[in-house]
Amino acid sequence: MTSPLRLVVRRTSDVDLPVEVSTRIPSVLDAVHESVEVLARHAFAGLPTSPECERLRNRLKTLLCEALANAIVYGHREDPAKFVAVRIEVETTLVRVHVTDEGPGFDPSAVRPPLDPADLEQETGRGLLMIQRLADDVSFNPQGNSICMTLRRP
Amino acid sequence: MGFTATKDKGGVMVIQVDGQLIVGNRQELKQLVQEAVDHGEKKFLVDFAKAGYIDSSGLGALVSISKKVREQGGELRLAGLNEDLRSLFELTKLDTLFAISDSAEKALIAF
Repeated sequence: MTSPLRLVVRRTSDVDLPVEVSTRIPSVLDAVHESVEVLARHAFAGLPTSPECERLRNRLKTLLCEALANAIVYGHREDPAKFVAVRIEVETTLVRVHVTDEGPGFDPSAVRPPLDPADLEQETGRGLLMIQRLADDVSFNPQGNSICMTLRRP
Repeated sequence: MGFTATKDKGGVMVIQVDGQLIVGNRQELKQLVQEAVDHGEKKFLVDFAKAGYIDSSGLGALVSISKKVREQGGELRLAGLNEDLRSLFELTKLDTLFAISDSAEKALIAF
């Protein structure tokens, strides 16, 4: 990454986990991996190292990858001057991940993943399908440029 | 994170995915396979036993390299997918496109 990621971490004094982690990420695909790792590390800093929590971590990372890649590629056309806003809220029973881009938005109901046998060799178009599977709940704002993905904590 | 490629005694290129196969490193995998195909390699095994997560760009990269290998008359197999990763292949129906084995050992026998 060309510039270090600036995170805002909000905590309360009586719990190990942060309440909220937020940042803005430049629209560069090479920055996605490091951003995802840093965000997951801070959001889940107080989580135990059980297999269930490891699975939750990997689900969170996959969801962040998908949502960030979509925002960067489709929302921003990889314009590095545009930023993707990420906000992760950690509550006692669930984790909410908000990813918002500066683009015009899209209609998620119009997305058709390549599931027909004739389309299986397409390289793209599976991101939203994966998000819908990996998150326990998914919603968009009316404009379609902000996604909220909810994960239940084990 | 990254990919480790070794050639087994049966001539199979075994590529170990270490950590993740995602939008940020998929080009590295595509390049690695392309170079091996250019050198005449025909048999490929991608082992996910040490992989944590894959995103849809990673799946797309696998689709792409499997096409390349097949066009050269070669064969690509996948192995070592944990339950979560396997379920993503089933969700996207890519389990019907790839030959998937439980472990690298079983995949190597199948070549």
